Amino acid sequence: MDRYNTLTTFKKYFHPYALVGIVPAIFFLIFYFYPLSGIFIKSFLSEEFANNQHSNFGFLKQIFSSTRTLKIVWFTFWQAGVSTLLTLLCALPCAFVFSHYAFKGKKLIKTLSSIPFVLPAIVVATAFQACFGETDSPLILILLAHVFYNFSVMLRIITGFWSSLQGSIKEAAMALGANPLQVFLHVTLPLLKPAILAASTLVFIFCFSSFGIILILGGPYYSTIETEIYRQAAHIFNLPLASFLSLIQIVFTFFLMWIYTLFTKKAAKFVPDAEKANLKKPDRLLDKIVITATIIFIVSLCVLPLLALVVKSLTYNGEVSLIFYWALFENQTDSIFYIPPFHAIKFSLFFAGAALIIALVTGLCAALFIRFCDTNIDNKLTSFFDPIFMLPLSTSAVTLGFGIIITLDKPPLNLRTSIFLIPIAHALVGFPFVLRSILPALRSIPGNISDAASVLGASPWKIFKNIDFPLISKALVAGAIFAFTISLGEFGATIFTARPETPTIPIAIYRFLGQPGAINYGQAMAISTILMLVTAIGFVCIENFRPDNSEGF
Amino acid sequence: MKATFYLSLFCLILLGFVACSQENIKSDTDQPEAEKANLIITIMTHDSFSISKNVVARFEEKLKAKLVILKSGDAGEALNKAILSKNNPLADVFYGVDNTFLSRALKADIFVPYAPVSLNEVDTSLLLDPENRLVPVDFGDVCLNYDIKWFKDNNKKPPVMLEDLIKDEYKGLTVVENPATSSPGLAFLLATISRFGENGYLDYWQKLKANDVLITNGWKEAYWGKFTAASDGTRPIVVSYASSPPAEVFYSEGKLDKAPTDIVIENGSAFRQIEFAGILKGTSNMDLAKKTMDFLLSKDFQEDIPLQMFVFPSNPNAQLPEVFKKFVKITKEPAVLDPKLIDTKRDVWISEWTDTIL
Repeated sequence: MDRYNTLTTFKKYFHPYALVGIVPAIFFLIFYFYPLSGIFIKSFLSEEFANNQHSNFGFLKQIFSSTRTLKIVWFTFWQAGVSTLLTLLCALPCAFVFSHYAFKGKKLIKTLSSIPFVLPAIVVATAFQACFGETDSPLILILLAHVFYNFSVMLRIITGFWSSLQGSIKEAAMALGANPLQVFLHVTLPLLKPAILAASTLVFIFCFSSFGIILILGGPYYSTIETEIYRQAAHIFNLPLASFLSLIQIVFTFFLMWIYTLFTKKAAKFVPDAEKANLKKPDRLLDKIVITATIIFIVSLCVLPLLALVVKSLTYNGEVSLIFYWALFENQTDSIFYIPPFHAIKFSLFFAGAALIIALVTGLCAALFIRFCDTNIDNKLTSFFDPIFMLPLSTSAVTLGFGIIITLDKPPLNLRTSIFLIPIAHALVGFPFVLRSILPALRSIPGNISDAASVLGASPWKIFKNIDFPLISKALVAGAIFAFTISLGEFGATIFTARPETPTIPIAIYRFLGQPGAINYGQAMAISTILMLVTAIGFVCIENFRPDNSEGF
Repeated sequence: MKATFYLSLFCLILLGFVACSQENIKSDTDQPEAEKANLIITIMTHDSFSISKNVVARFEEKLKAKLVILKSGDAGEALNKAILSKNNPLADVFYGVDNTFLSRALKADIFVPYAPVSLNEVDTSLLLDPENRLVPVDFGDVCLNYDIKWFKDNNKKPPVMLEDLIKDEYKGLTVVENPATSSPGLAFLLATISRFGENGYLDYWQKLKANDVLITNGWKEAYWGKFTAASDGTRPIVVSYASSPPAEVFYSEGKLDKAPTDIVIENGSAFRQIEFAGILKGTSNMDLAKKTMDFLLSKDFQEDIPLQMFVFPSNPNAQLPEVFKKFVKITKEPAVLDPKLIDTKRDVWISEWTDTIL
């Protein structure tokens, strides 16, 4: 802190770390706040909607007169809370094993556990049915699917943080006579708190605004605020009510994040350990049992349902056959919307790559800016900006999509039908994941390291390149993986206007499932399998991408 | 580790390369036509729209313009987007307002009246807007589909009318879609209202609920998730389209000579969904937009409809494809409801249904 007090006001506000804040700010203003305010103004104030039955804030009466809406709000919170808790319970023990042991197949398992994220909910429903049989309880399916989707988010964020915790603190506690439980409760857990909170917040908000899973697996018996917004906006066309519900989501998320920032500010600082320094080899029998149990657990949770899809794609009339894969290459009806598989792969990868770059750059800038605000300018700024940056995750895609239609319609921002809108929309959702992955790592770096560098004459860029960047590179990789998967799995016809020229794999899946016929179904399974494969290959590429200067650390 | 990285990178590059080379082959053949035309006509529509390549080519040749198609979500969403963008329309022509949304579309005042050349050939029962701001392009009947094999294996008689579904022997056999989120679901609700009247339909639905009917939010979940003929599900009766059996045959790798499913369409149990198209107000090229509407009702496009979208052309002079002639049953007397009544009551019916059944 001392160093910063010596900075002049000018230097403070024009420090490179403060200036980079402009990047995410502009990104948000144009692609988030402008469209949203457009649709809110239109819904609440325009003549058009003032003249119809939903007028004069009559929708407020509608909300409070029926218990249905209140039930929906309650269920939204309840399922998000329970899903988050369940995911944490599943992921924490696995994260312990992943961050303490070196064993064969670790990377493979980690990669496989992240694949569910890209699969459309309708395909997941099929996978569950094939794996666990017919259940009559949609509630169990919803919770199971949320754990299935979010498990890897928790696992990656917590493992990344845990494995960089210094072993020496624990050893010191042990030497002073603490038993393992005491060490865990009083040393490890407090140190892990920022990562656990970050991951839980992400998962909570993700489940809070969960759409496809609730709509498809929950059926009509369970609604969340998000599915209700879709129903009101897309089918009943009651925009005032839809906008009001979107506003509730946004205000709540802001409030939740505000509390979250208060909690995480006092997090302990420590010097992150060098990579893989304290990974144990499983020598004892107990170690081996623990590792085997973890592997079995993750395989049955994440891998078996995926395998069921692969099997379905390879079976025709009870025999192994590649018929569905060959059928992908054939345009049976000469339709202009026929999607050649390589075409779909190409556009999926292109959009995912572009979204990854946009989300990483804006996310990194935002993280650096927030850390700088933390320590130099004003804590209050952080508690304002940090929550704002999380909002896209819980904003209804339908509402934002409608907003884009009415606001981004004039040059130079005539983007309504532009293909650039696709990666931008994906990046908007990927951004919070990147930010949440990087920020705990960035905050844990004690200020005195960069202070020392600064005193020795290093420029801010040099400090970033040689200190901050190598220390957060692991977290960056996790963030990149999330941004990549979100884009690959996004069906998102709701947010932009799709053109047949740029099909993605999820669009192909939906197209096949749009009409009856065994071949269509088989092709949907086949292209889902291809999506999983492309995702896995993409992961391996991202995970192994390390800039040279990080090797030495 | 390095090795896996390079191997994966290689795979990605290979995929990208194959994808690009595929495209090059394609664009070489597609290029000339697109380049010749410097006029552009845009059709805005829903996700289920489809058209074949050679019909597009004929269109572009005839009109000397390039055809761009914008898919904008499901039927409800696409229409709402068209209404929201009325001051600065996204397209020249809108395709895919159905009769349950007709009044909303007309009330929003976004269409220009125009009677396409072949409109007089269209069956008058399909014409619902006397001013021709929206003209019928295709129709399909929403009805019960059942799994023939399941009923044979279980020695049961398939249902023949809506009343059968509430009988004991059909307990737990049916899956339907939520009318609040699915267009076949809404069509089926309207069929029951037409059959049992405004005062009797809720009673029927309560009995259906007591008979363990399963409700999903969309057609995909019902058909691909619960219907015995198409999934690992346990329900041999599903609400789908009258054209689903021919689709089952068409998409069956040519081995089926008989559809695995059959339909229940008589006794007022099928509801006719009619799809309309119209010229959007504010189009930049009215002349081309009119020609596009002419084309949509011409034989060229009308004969393309059945196999692309598995619905019927509105122009009865259009020839049906073999698979339709052979496997399709046409509803003689579909359930009818006055579109004006649908408009004034739709939201009420849906919320009554939601409150009673869910």
